[in-house]
Amino acid sequence: MTTTSASPTPSGASAGSAQPLLEIKDLEITFTTSSGPVKGVRSANLEVHPGETVAIVGESGSGKSTTAMAIAHLLAKNGAITGGQILFEGRDITHVSEKEIRVLRGDQVGLVPQDPMSNLNPMWKVGSQIRETLAANGVATGAEARKRTVQLLEEAGLSDAERRAEQYPHEFSGGMKQRALIAMGLAARPKLLVADEPTSALDVTVQQQILDHLDHLTGELGVAVLLITHDLGLAAERAQHLVVMYKGQVVESGPALQLLQDPQHPYTKRLIAAAPSLASRRLVSAAERAEIREQAQESAASSTADQGDRDAVIEVQNLTKSFPIRGKVPWRSTPFLAVDDVSFSIRRGTTTAIVGESGSGKSTVAQMVLKLLAPTSGRVLFEGKDVAALHGRELKTLRRRVQPIFQNPYGTLDPMYSIYRTIEEPMRIHGIGDPRSREARVRDLLDKVALPAAMMRRYPNELSGGQRQRVAIARALALDPEVVICDEAVSALDVLVQAQVLELLNDLQAELGLSYLFITHDLAVVRQIADATLVMEKGKVVEQGTTDEVFHSPQQDYTKRLLAAIPGGSIPLAGAETIDVEAPVGLADETGGEGEGGPDDIIDPFAQAGHV
Amino acid sequence: MPSDAQNTRRPRTEHWVAPLAETPLQEVDAADTTGTPRSLWAEAGHSLIRNPVFVISALLILFVLFVAAFPQVFSGQDPRYGDLSLANQKPGAEHPFGTSRQGYDILARTVWGARTSVVIGFFAMLGSTLIGGTIGALAGYLGGWFDEVVSRITDIFFAVPLILGAIVVATRLGEMNLWTVVAVLSVFGWTNIARIMRGAVISTKSQDYVTSSVALGASSPAVLLKHVIPNAIAPVIVTATVNLGVFIVAEATLSFLGVGLPTSAVSWGGDISDARDALRTQPSMLFYPSVALAITVLSFIMLGDAVRDALDPKARKR
Amino acid sequence: MLWYIGRRLLQMIPVFLGATLIVYLMAFYTSGDPILALAGDKPISPAVEQQLREQYNLDQPVLVQWLLYLKSVLTFDLGVGFNGRPIWDQIAAAFPTTFRLAIIAVIVETIFGVIAGVIAGLRKGQLIDTTLLMLSLLLIATPTFVLGFLAQFVFGLQLGIAPINVGRDPSWQNLLLPGFVLGGVSFAYVLRLTRTSIAETAGADHVRTATAKGLSRGGVVTRHILRNSLIPVVTFIGADLGALMGGAIVTERVFNVPGIGTLLFSSIVSGEAPMIVSLVTLLVIIFLLSNLVVDLLYGVLDPRIRYAK
Repeated sequence: MTTTSASPTPSGASAGSAQPLLEIKDLEITFTTSSGPVKGVRSANLEVHPGETVAIVGESGSGKSTTAMAIAHLLAKNGAITGGQILFEGRDITHVSEKEIRVLRGDQVGLVPQDPMSNLNPMWKVGSQIRETLAANGVATGAEARKRTVQLLEEAGLSDAERRAEQYPHEFSGGMKQRALIAMGLAARPKLLVADEPTSALDVTVQQQILDHLDHLTGELGVAVLLITHDLGLAAERAQHLVVMYKGQVVESGPALQLLQDPQHPYTKRLIAAAPSLASRRLVSAAERAEIREQAQESAASSTADQGDRDAVIEVQNLTKSFPIRGKVPWRSTPFLAVDDVSFSIRRGTTTAIVGESGSGKSTVAQMVLKLLAPTSGRVLFEGKDVAALHGRELKTLRRRVQPIFQNPYGTLDPMYSIYRTIEEPMRIHGIGDPRSREARVRDLLDKVALPAAMMRRYPNELSGGQRQRVAIARALALDPEVVICDEAVSALDVLVQAQVLELLNDLQAELGLSYLFITHDLAVVRQIADATLVMEKGKVVEQGTTDEVFHSPQQDYTKRLLAAIPGGSIPLAGAETIDVEAPVGLADETGGEGEGGPDDIIDPFAQAGHV
Repeated sequence: MPSDAQNTRRPRTEHWVAPLAETPLQEVDAADTTGTPRSLWAEAGHSLIRNPVFVISALLILFVLFVAAFPQVFSGQDPRYGDLSLANQKPGAEHPFGTSRQGYDILARTVWGARTSVVIGFFAMLGSTLIGGTIGALAGYLGGWFDEVVSRITDIFFAVPLILGAIVVATRLGEMNLWTVVAVLSVFGWTNIARIMRGAVISTKSQDYVTSSVALGASSPAVLLKHVIPNAIAPVIVTATVNLGVFIVAEATLSFLGVGLPTSAVSWGGDISDARDALRTQPSMLFYPSVALAITVLSFIMLGDAVRDALDPKARKR
Repeated sequence: MLWYIGRRLLQMIPVFLGATLIVYLMAFYTSGDPILALAGDKPISPAVEQQLREQYNLDQPVLVQWLLYLKSVLTFDLGVGFNGRPIWDQIAAAFPTTFRLAIIAVIVETIFGVIAGVIAGLRKGQLIDTTLLMLSLLLIATPTFVLGFLAQFVFGLQLGIAPINVGRDPSWQNLLLPGFVLGGVSFAYVLRLTRTSIAETAGADHVRTATAKGLSRGGVVTRHILRNSLIPVVTFIGADLGALMGGAIVTERVFNVPGIGTLLFSSIVSGEAPMIVSLVTLLVIIFLLSNLVVDLLYGVLDPRIRYAK
């Protein structure tokens, strides 16, 4: 293990030497919470040199965002730096006054925050918010500021910038808002740009475009970037230097390529093994998948021998769904085609994945397969029978055999029910067994999802996201279903937890002969779990085939773009293939923004409670 | 990948690794089986007890309830017996709070008035919550045209303010008794509960656990009763608690205006109205029932505040 | 935006109709015959009874009565009360006074409520916040008439600076104290609403972004916190104006202000159903209108509605 670290040279050294722009030494940050002080960052060390891009990689709770926010004193009210130092251009800014740090904000240290939806003030026009930055940092005012604003927006990649500057944030799409935020962050030409997960909330093709643009821009301007991300592949692709954080501490740091190809710390090794964008390219995962599939098909065949040899357990034929969207005039509405003529089938014991970005219609398809939504036209067949014709008792029987797992682990379990009650509910609804046998079954299910039986008496608020998702899986399995619909079931989980749950899903499939319909926006995850893949765009199926076919010989432009956008796809790793796809260049999301939820859509039940 | 601009600098090559002893790896997503299981209600109760506002209001309420249940402990006099010859006495040994213009003992009236207020407040709260809760829950859950119709009906009742509506009905009914007051307050006071319940139900029914329950084969009514309502009820509880206080004030206001309870029923509002002209001469006549009323109402409103702080996820500092 | 306005107007119509119907039914049909109630203990001849019935349309079916009544309201032809004086004249005489009272209350609650609320919201958890919160709780818990008597006692009797009986001279000056009392509870609500709104907005993401840009604290507060959090407050105050007009009855009684509230009260005492109905209907209409104006105001103030796609 090499542990040479570059020692900071004294300030005043000549240009081009190794004086870091930013140095963080042994930083410790403590939060005061109702249950006592909590250390968000235990000991962080890193350096950023002028003009370079450094990425901090970690899962949630690693302290990566906290460290970055601390630089310009942007921590939450209950957080404080309790140890260590932050040095900017050699000067200790750890405990300077509010006035002094304000001088740094904006024109020395800029911020591109994470969530484009909530980081722009909805009440002001976008242009005026950028002008505000210019005025606050003494860059320009008045007519000059207006000109600069349009320039800045164009620079950030926003088309039709002059018109857009006079619009409100809700008229922008997510990607456009993020570009506006980038323009704002760079408006006063800071030396260091802190980019906190700037694209995690965006579709992967948009993400790629925006990050490309950001790279180009910061390269031109010579701005150093501190990039926060949870995606190792993305970090390696965009940064020269990586810093890996785990539970508030830096565990490894070094040149990006070296870290990926020769990781030293066990945690870094774990991350690399689990990161979907990297794991998807491992030749090993394809082989593992094939094994699972074989086992699953065997189990399925043995348990349903009397179902005849119908191979396709679910068949979807020309499924279409259109929603009426109300227009400007109250009685006129335009139909919006969410799903347009989709057909596919799921073979018993296998996994079919539907991949698409937001607005592709993939979740709507899932809802129709689950018979939670009625199609406008087309059919869903379960073992050859049209699902639409089932009612009452027959429908209830169908429900036992097709079960969902949803995306958000924090909404998928009833907070008022204990874990036991949650898993027991399906059995109670269908009148299966008596209390004793049900308890035995619950124990068995918890065991299957690798949770201790003692969890039974606990409540969801005491469980982590990954644990809740496992409970959701246990609940889905309670009735011995044949098909499980995973609607973005692992998308909201941390990388390592995600890998664990995917492994669990694979194991269960092999053991129980389940068939999966796996909905996801992440093409990288698909390789590890799917046998057949559909790619959807704007309601239509764009490409279809076995997963290998889609990955190795994509036919459509859209698929190629998706593949090329997988972060870290082109970094050479041992035992993995690189993804070399010629992606046609095209603008991904320049269509105007849909109206985001206005006040009518946001109902906070407690807002009026207690007022008369 | 690094762009050309950055290659002009000497690329950093140091590769640093933290010693494993300082950064031990933990099991991924380990389950914590220590400690007692705690549901959301238990947690709320836990934080409630630690809230000084709750403690004060709870003590006050217990005191008021005690007075309402056992008024004899505090006053031996009969509040309905008025001896005109003893009217307008200042506070003294025989009558610690003095006597009113009709010769009632003010201490007795103040003490017995608690029972009236508490009973009316409680049952009006119960009635309005049942009406409003049911209407709001059904409107929110069923949606569609049913929701539109019910919302308009709610708006209609909302448009007639509590006091005004009660006034109109009270005048027509003539003499009011305890239960007619409760009925009138319930009929005009359910709209805010309905709105809150509807909002809470709408935001709850879109949660994934509700969809999961439907996908498991649960019937629609079962989902409403077993999943939606238990999760929607928290803000309703907060509002109902505050409403209790509001109804006590409303009854007092109605009695003050002369359209509530008659003098024979002991009501703080009525007593305050009677004492109106004694502001100059004997303010204690006004003072005691006013203070009693204010304290009682304050305690319920404080309780409502404390309960909201305990139940509202935004207010909890997690 | 058009869609928003149109929908609100459409929704108002059934509410208006329904509310007036309810008031009408309650006033005339809650118990017994209104004419007999008027007569009280005095026997009246059938001829007089019939004449009164015709005068008040009481011989028609209920729904027709109500529609005729609506028509009369909308044309301001409210007829005469049981006591013979034209209803509209009486209302028109009393209305300006109550309106003045309500305006004072609104000004009080707005200025003091918003300022106090902003202070409390920005200093959440500190002593000043807790103090203001306690104050607001006290004001909400204390019934208006008790507040009124307290004010009379302190400012009228002890300090002698304001009349406790406005009586014949409802000038702006004399209405100040009653105005403050009427606005007292509303002030507390505005304080709490502003406080919550500000405290929530202060923790919002876009506020942190604004701080990160290098804005001064003052700039962040005025441009990013206030603008966003004051919309619900403004709309509450607008609706409150309508509510206060009806709620003035208690304050007017305490201070003997010759406004609509007193008119209503004396009508209650004498059982004057037509006057009661007219007044309550009028107050309900004012309440609905102020709510409508507020809804529209919301649409104008919030760009997400004004420029909705």
